[in-house]
Amino acid sequence: MQSMLSIVDLHAQVATRKILKGLNLEVKAGEVHAIMGPNGSGKSTLAGVLAGRDGYEVTKGTVTYEGADLLALDPEERARAGVFLAFQYPVEIPGVNNAYLLKAGLNAMRKHRGQPEVDAFEFLGMVREQMQLMHMDESFLNRGVNEGFSGGEKKRNEILQMAILEPKLAILDETDSGLDIDALRVVANGVNSMRSPERAMVLVTHYQRLLDYIEPDYVHVLSDGQILRSGDKSLALELERRGYDWVRQEAQVA
Amino acid sequence: MSTDSKNLDEIVGRKYQHGFVTDIESDTVPPGLDEDVIRLISRKKSEPQFMLDWRLKAFQHWQTMREPNWANVRVAPIDYQGISYYSAPKNRQDGPKSLEDVDPKLLATYEKLGVPLHERARLAGVAVDAVFDSVSVATTFKDRLAKAGVIFCPFSDALRDHPALIERYIGSVVPYTDNFFATLNSAVFTDGSFVYVPKGVRSPMELSTYFRINAAKTGQFERTLIIADEGSYVSYLEGCTAPMRDENQLHAAVVELVAEADAQIKYSTVQNWYPGDELGRGGIYNFVTKRGDCRGNNSRISWTQVETGSAITWKYPSCVLRGDNSVGEFYSVALANHYQQADTGTKMIHIGRNTRSTIVSKGISAGHGQNTYRGLVKVLPSAVGARNYTQCDSLLMGDQSGAHTFPYMEIREPSAVVEHEATTSKIADDQLFYCRSRGLSEEDAVNLIVSGFCKAVFKELPMEFAVEAQNLLAVSLEGAVG
Repeated sequence: MQSMLSIVDLHAQVATRKILKGLNLEVKAGEVHAIMGPNGSGKSTLAGVLAGRDGYEVTKGTVTYEGADLLALDPEERARAGVFLAFQYPVEIPGVNNAYLLKAGLNAMRKHRGQPEVDAFEFLGMVREQMQLMHMDESFLNRGVNEGFSGGEKKRNEILQMAILEPKLAILDETDSGLDIDALRVVANGVNSMRSPERAMVLVTHYQRLLDYIEPDYVHVLSDGQILRSGDKSLALELERRGYDWVRQEAQVA
Repeated sequence: MSTDSKNLDEIVGRKYQHGFVTDIESDTVPPGLDEDVIRLISRKKSEPQFMLDWRLKAFQHWQTMREPNWANVRVAPIDYQGISYYSAPKNRQDGPKSLEDVDPKLLATYEKLGVPLHERARLAGVAVDAVFDSVSVATTFKDRLAKAGVIFCPFSDALRDHPALIERYIGSVVPYTDNFFATLNSAVFTDGSFVYVPKGVRSPMELSTYFRINAAKTGQFERTLIIADEGSYVSYLEGCTAPMRDENQLHAAVVELVAEADAQIKYSTVQNWYPGDELGRGGIYNFVTKRGDCRGNNSRISWTQVETGSAITWKYPSCVLRGDNSVGEFYSVALANHYQQADTGTKMIHIGRNTRSTIVSKGISAGHGQNTYRGLVKVLPSAVGARNYTQCDSLLMGDQSGAHTFPYMEIREPSAVVEHEATTSKIADDQLFYCRSRGLSEEDAVNLIVSGFCKAVFKELPMEFAVEAQNLLAVSLEGAVG
């Protein structure tokens, strides 16, 4: 089976600082990949480059998504093509209705796919169902986008968006950070309910604990801009036990 | 894919959509201003003697005044002798008795502007007093209003039919000595709207006026007077747009509101006059004096404005809170794009006991636009228990625009509580990226963020105006700036 996402020898920098230094990754539909690594290893840069955030310069390498050059697309084109980024720090947009943004996004994607737009009634039905799953209060819909949300509420809102937008490739950037154990469970349930043979997920995380709830097919260790080691979920447990230095040292020896 | 400022400029750089000129024979006096011109205006309108006397007093006073220079705007010199002070569509002389008698071109102009005359007006439930150049040519719904006892008519008709009301109230809020532009208006005003809502009456519909500047080199000097008698309520909507033109046009309007005891006036404006081109050539000079007098106890006056047009806007809709427990409100969205300059705000003068005022100002600056909030909260020693809340937010787009805030407070009553909050923000790249990564185009993302920024003001507008205002912002900033 061909990869949905294929990253080959990716080099990226912020201003003059080189962050990704030859990263390779293959992700097929139906797979869940966890990218783990210490602070500053390039995890969030990878997520940002994939989603098309400004400020990253790709100096070398390719990113192919469903056979096309992902890097040539604008952020909104990537989103419409089915790439979704759950933000580590979802931004507040005061006064903009949370439900309104979500509906606008959904309809932009449906339009792209040649589907009719959903009306307000249909949309509310969809959202209510997902919100129950995420244990979210209905007042979320009418609040400003992330405005005054707690850390946990923001993350739930990201997963709600993912559930409504139904991406093919979901990239979750540190979705576990700042969550207490109950919130983590709810968020993980939301993510697990989204797993399907047509959908791929890339979890970017610092800690192993998220993987107690979302079981990955593959675990990759990112360090200093490269993937140093790949394995199955047992690698995550080993990392938990032995820390990241161990991988780095082994890589140097090799 | 990047949100660089060049891209933003393109998005912001949308052309004015209402730029057209209607070719109608105008009855225009030659440029220039002296007592004879004022006598001519007064005579053409068959005004009572007191009106002419008042105009002449104003003119004499005006000659002793100098243009104000304190506003944070740059203005090319205005040649007051180069302006024609009277222009009326020709067919006014025959006096159109109904819409059928109105020049079809005129009606076509209104069509383009979306003014709902004919059936649309009735369906929308809006009475339209359409001001074309300086003379009102059509008024609808007079009958329905008349049944309720509400007078809503062109100012010149009111001078003919209700001279006593005019004589009693004109200049009682904005005296003819008030300021350079108001004084000029007092001398040469040609027409405008007059509203009187009698005691205890709630106006059965929103009152609406569309202003339009048309004939070349014709300054517009509108004068509007709204009186809400005891216990009455009226909501008045004013919307403006003007054809494209190369030369700057002066507009110096005066609006006076009087709210007697327990009365409420809601005055809403959407202003979309020609702002000049991308390089700042042309555009309307909009020097307006708007003031409301909460004359009676428990009265209330609300100003809501969406100012997207004009090369220069100089405008401070104000409230004099004279009656005890009276309330003044000011909600404003002002946009300055390209080379537009806006210096706008309000004055809240607290005189009565327990008077309250609220100011919410949202300034948006894009391109080379300069946006200034200038506001005064004044609490006199008589205003025991006065309260004011001011919120003043600025949104900057691109790296060439400017936002300025000049809040003045004069508090002479120790029991007064005055709060002021101010923020300045840029549309953050983070916000744009967030929306785009949810599938919205950059343009839609900016629209969304800007309308969110303006929400607190839009919700004060009557529904149909709120939609119009949102569209107007989208057109004026197209995408990056809502």
